[in-house]
Amino acid sequence: MSLLKSTDDLLSLRERAIYALGVRVPGASQPQFRNDVVVCGSTGCRSANSQQVLKALQAQIIQRELDKAVRVISTGCRGLCAVGPVMQIFPSGVFYNRVQITDVPEIVEQTLVGGKIIERLCFRDVAQNKRLAHYLDIPFYNRQLPIVLRNCGLIDPQNIEEYIATDGYLGLTKALELSPEEVIEIIKNSGLRGRGGAGFSTGIKWELCRRVAKQPKYVICNADEGDPGAFMDRSILEADPHSVIEGMVIAAYAIGAPLGYIYVRAEYPLAVIHLRRAIAQARAYGLLGENILGSGFSFDLHLKEGAGAFVCGEEMALIASVEGRRGEPRPKPPFPAVSGLWNRPTVVNNVKTYALTPRIILRGPEWFSSIGTSKSPGTAVFALTGKIRNTGLIEVPMGITLREIIYDIGGGIPKKRQFKAVQTGGPLGGCLPASALDTPVDFDSLTEAGATMGSGGMIVVDERTCMVEFAKYFLTFATAESCGKCVPCRIGGQRLLEVLTRITSGAGTPRDLDEIERISRNMREASLCALGQLTPGPVMSALRFFREEYEAHVYDKFCLAGVCKGLYELHVDADRCAGCGLCKKACSQDAISGNRKEPHVIDQLKCIQCGACVEACNLDAIVAQPRGKGVHAIAVA
Amino acid sequence: MLDMTTNFDLAPLHAILEEYGSQKGTVIPILQRVQDAYGYLPKEILAEISKRTNIPLTQLMGVATFYTQFRLSPRGKHLIRVCDGTACHVSGAPHIVRAIEKEYDMPAGSSSPDLKYTLEVVYCVGACGLAPVVIVDDKVYGRLSPDAVLEKVRDV
Repeated sequence: MSLLKSTDDLLSLRERAIYALGVRVPGASQPQFRNDVVVCGSTGCRSANSQQVLKALQAQIIQRELDKAVRVISTGCRGLCAVGPVMQIFPSGVFYNRVQITDVPEIVEQTLVGGKIIERLCFRDVAQNKRLAHYLDIPFYNRQLPIVLRNCGLIDPQNIEEYIATDGYLGLTKALELSPEEVIEIIKNSGLRGRGGAGFSTGIKWELCRRVAKQPKYVICNADEGDPGAFMDRSILEADPHSVIEGMVIAAYAIGAPLGYIYVRAEYPLAVIHLRRAIAQARAYGLLGENILGSGFSFDLHLKEGAGAFVCGEEMALIASVEGRRGEPRPKPPFPAVSGLWNRPTVVNNVKTYALTPRIILRGPEWFSSIGTSKSPGTAVFALTGKIRNTGLIEVPMGITLREIIYDIGGGIPKKRQFKAVQTGGPLGGCLPASALDTPVDFDSLTEAGATMGSGGMIVVDERTCMVEFAKYFLTFATAESCGKCVPCRIGGQRLLEVLTRITSGAGTPRDLDEIERISRNMREASLCALGQLTPGPVMSALRFFREEYEAHVYDKFCLAGVCKGLYELHVDADRCAGCGLCKKACSQDAISGNRKEPHVIDQLKCIQCGACVEACNLDAIVAQPRGKGVHAIAVA
Repeated sequence: MLDMTTNFDLAPLHAILEEYGSQKGTVIPILQRVQDAYGYLPKEILAEISKRTNIPLTQLMGVATFYTQFRLSPRGKHLIRVCDGTACHVSGAPHIVRAIEKEYDMPAGSSSPDLKYTLEVVYCVGACGLAPVVIVDDKVYGRLSPDAVLEKVRDV
């Protein structure tokens, strides 16, 4: 470890660090280790036992006396969470998925010693119906353009020197040679728009803040990623925390702030650990603190753990929370750039915005604005989840279509089911139907189509999701998270939820559909912050694109997706049923009968509509029908 | 040092308060540390914090009741967290919640009568690839049916 006193110190450390990175640098000469094996250690793969696999691999390597030739590294998210734990072997690029502890001896023997590929551990591409050995062969990876995620799954996030080896802190050295105004000019010219969701110009925000005379100023990183189904920011903080720290130092230099805060969700324990360590390392290397790299500029950074409140993702609420108060927003203006933390000028940006900054400084604004679309330059990071084959973390150039993301990168919908909708922007966003699949993904096109960009959650649902219930789910979440300060959000959300609850329980009336629109309009117009203004988004977009489904609930008391209890019966479609018996086994009520290889039958008197058979069936043969039309239907008076 | 009026050992509290001194904006970290030390935020302890820091008790209660992380009552021995993030929701998390609620007679957010279990429904633990996800104490289980989850809970 060494204290870096100048840019030259950093550059000479960088030389050593590149050598230490070994075969993970393309074309490395005389590396110390013949192979580097990276094992994904992010939350997703950890849940699938990746750390046990890593330990077993290390033990096996030592036992076989390969520890001088092969090195095992725990990295952050490698992206393809659906098939975790995943590992990649350098320099060959062989990619193994769903690795179990029992596979470890074979990996060592066959691949690390023998140089052979173990086919059953390779990623299975369903479209081509074959296994792909190299990660760049996998469509999930080769359609992406990683800028923010460039180090994710490549470097050890807990080792600052690995970050320095991959051009880390070079953007900072370049920024420190420029004047703060020149830095702001570069960011402005790049066209970078804030990645938190609203898409405001980052350069203009910084400029506003720089021009305010009050001192001291602050920079804050909004890492309070609360959307259910979103894990972009967490993955970046876990996998490459220094990229965010470097971006914050650059922002602080540009606006003239001596102090910054990272506000991170307490529910992200691993991200908190990695951030703490990264901040401590940056301090020890002289990249935070007094007189950074001999430039005369001083800046320090603190971590603030959130305490579980979704509304704290809103910048004014976040600032209130950093100050130690209830996380309630206040009206804007004044914007935080003018009066923020402790009423001082404050820049608040998202994790991804900061992570992009060093790259823009290093490679220039023209490079950045040449990627993506003219109004939304650069890349977008998404957490792709729901009913999609390749669940995971992706980064794509702006302007790519939803279809390319869902089918080419995401691998389409599993179980041969049909795509129904994609929800972007989380609980405050909106859903889009199949007819909108060719919409380009950028800030303006998504808004125009009826959804929002949001901070990067993308949830795909198939025909087994009821759009009324889906909207109700988001509404339940947003309503529970309303801080209660303003009436339109606090009461409006409740009323809207009551209407949707009525509809999903079969008690909805035609008037309810108008009521949804009336309440939504009021909430949008009158709420204090984005939470209240955007809460009706999912309901409104679902009503716009799936109105017939709402009407079926209201007029026919029928839930086509088979989700809303009491509004359907389950029947076996005799044409599709192969008589495999899986549904019979899954049924806890003994309601399903039938001989092997013959279509089965559901006894409606016994069925409790739990849906276990629907999940068990691989042929999609169990379908919902309106009540009272089945063979054993009870007569409804 | 056992305070006879409250029956709580106040030594950990005093150590925490000392550490933060008179820095501003420390209410949330103090409450987080206190909850770690005592398992929850007992009223007597909150009153003691107020007395020593001169922060009004109403303000402490305001913060403690605003954030979901803070608990004003003790928690069961084992913590069951069912993820109801979007990916888990569309993969059947509600069935799991209902099954546990029914089996142990504890609505989400409460503890079983014998204080053996506490059930929490959480939004997105970030293991969407394993949906639906249940975390029993710190062990993560994915892709389980409601019955299989009940079995894991029983065997804890």
